[in-house]
Amino acid sequence: MSRLHACFEALKAANKTALVPFVTAGDPHPSITVNLMHDMVKAGASVLELGVPFSDPMAEGPVIQLACERALKHNVSLTDVLDMVKAFRTQDAQTPIVLMGYTNPVEVMGYKKFASAAADAGVDGLILVDLPPEEGAELISQLKANEIDMIYLLAPTSTDERIAFICEQASGFVYYVSLKGVTGSANLDVGSVIEKVNQIRTHTAIPVGVGFGIRDAQSAAQVAAVADAVVVGSAIVNRIAENVGDPEKISQQVCELLVSMRKAMDK
Amino acid sequence: MSEDICKDYYSMPDERGHFGIYGGKFVAETLMGPIEELREAYEKVKKDKAFQAAFDKDLADYVGRPSPLYHAERWSRELGGAQIYLKREDLNHTGAHKINNTIGQGLLAKYMGKTRIIAETGAGQHGVASATVAARFGMECIVYMGEEDVKRQAPNVYRMKLLGAKVVPVTSGSRTLKDALNEAMRDWVTNIDNTFYIIGTVAGPHPYPAMVRDFQTVIGREAKRQILEQAGRLPDALVACVGGGSNAIGLFHPFLADEDVKIYGVEGGGDGIDTEKHAAPLCAGTPGVLHGNRTYLMEDKNGQIIETHCISAGLDYPGVGPEHAWLKDCGRANYVAITDKEALAAFHEVTLTEGIIPALESSHALAYGAKLAKTMDKDKIIIINLSGRGDKDINTIAEIEGIEL
Repeated sequence: MSRLHACFEALKAANKTALVPFVTAGDPHPSITVNLMHDMVKAGASVLELGVPFSDPMAEGPVIQLACERALKHNVSLTDVLDMVKAFRTQDAQTPIVLMGYTNPVEVMGYKKFASAAADAGVDGLILVDLPPEEGAELISQLKANEIDMIYLLAPTSTDERIAFICEQASGFVYYVSLKGVTGSANLDVGSVIEKVNQIRTHTAIPVGVGFGIRDAQSAAQVAAVADAVVVGSAIVNRIAENVGDPEKISQQVCELLVSMRKAMDK
Repeated sequence: MSEDICKDYYSMPDERGHFGIYGGKFVAETLMGPIEELREAYEKVKKDKAFQAAFDKDLADYVGRPSPLYHAERWSRELGGAQIYLKREDLNHTGAHKINNTIGQGLLAKYMGKTRIIAETGAGQHGVASATVAARFGMECIVYMGEEDVKRQAPNVYRMKLLGAKVVPVTSGSRTLKDALNEAMRDWVTNIDNTFYIIGTVAGPHPYPAMVRDFQTVIGREAKRQILEQAGRLPDALVACVGGGSNAIGLFHPFLADEDVKIYGVEGGGDGIDTEKHAAPLCAGTPGVLHGNRTYLMEDKNGQIIETHCISAGLDYPGVGPEHAWLKDCGRANYVAITDKEALAAFHEVTLTEGIIPALESSHALAYGAKLAKTMDKDKIIIINLSGRGDKDINTIAEIEGIEL
């Protein structure tokens, strides 16, 4: 059983929702990422989403754009990100790790080489923001051969027909982008999220995660009531940005947020 | 690339928006619906006689087409080689070829019931052309422009403001055209319900590369008719500058099947393509995925997009339209680079010998055309696309030459 599958099964048995924090690998410095990953697991993270820095992150709001810029100052490459996963795995063989990024770094490494290197490192899933299934056939077959889940995004603009099309090929979980906009936007509409998640569930039995716009314990709890996973990105990256020079404070503040979210979600 | 794919130059893109391995739809899921809606609308208006008639009428009465094809006799004589004809896109309303496309997309925006226009701009020509159609159609207009370019192209920034557009300086990344495009995409994804994104070049996700090309091929169709009228035969070579490549594809496309016509696309060579400071992905880049399509890119070994350098803001872009990438691999078009220095020299030469002040972008094409002409006999013909006028560049040039205006 894959780590992702096992994780969602265990949570389901405990009647819990997955908490999925996002950090950009190497932000603000490559040396802190692995420790921060372990700390987040201790604070209640169920799955870790690790951002692969990219020079042109078109779907990101200013918060994650700046995180990419901070990481790229240290030339954090896809290879470096895989090394971080490998290092994390020496102490944690259980927590699923999903990489999130853009197509070009993966394309330049080569799909085949990436898929086997990612599997070796202990990566469980991949989200490529700008790779819809229409363009992904070649990469998907490489990922499948290496038992890595390709995790697709669904959006408020996805039609019923398209939701069906994407759910047919989805594995691991599907990720519902809860608003029209970039990461870190403010206007989360819980009512429409509930409606769309229910619509998605009519097409698939695999877990549905929700992200974009979840910033505090309250919004996490609201989304947790309907989703199988709550993804938190900009709210965490903000705490990193505010404490760039102080790794301990970063960990402390990020963990505080996660603990408060976990608590609210479990109520 | 297999010869089969390259045989029929008019078969591309395929129905998935691919030009061989290039092009495609590499966008976030939120945009898949909107670009499909756009594709459907565009397919409809392509066959809609009323739409095409309105487009042609605007090109004639508002833009001032056809633009002349001008035999630069004095300059040709001084170069001592082939006869050079200039396709005078600089004489269009707003001063460049960009308006052909913004008229087309503006009409399409109106047809689709959109009320808000967004655009990215480098040199400012596309921004001005977008602001112009937005003013005329009474639409709100937001133009994203890299902070660096806002400084380089102050007169165009002011023109856009006069036309009622809001110019948003982009401070992320390298603060140039690519970052303006990122920011426009972010706006689009946030405001898709009422917003039409007018991309200024033959890049971006399908259907933009094909659609923008179709709106620009009026350049090549006119040039073909005009050279047959003036010289009684097809040219031996075509030359155009390539940033994203819209003026170039506009000139080239109607000639693709005329295999005797040699085609040259001229990229921004900056300090030289053997240095790190240039903007020539077709000459010195590698294939990758950026801004919705697969194409040649300026990228490092890790797949990060690298900063480009070029004296002309309009060529300062790390990617290029996917059809150019395909034409390069097929061998139908040749892509070359011209340095900042060479472009500047051509700028002065044409200004002094022909009384035409060309845009710095177009000066790259002029510089290569001049080199090429010198290697050809006097009875040969070259058409160079003079894609824009140079008024917008006089501050840049004065500054480089240490002159205070």
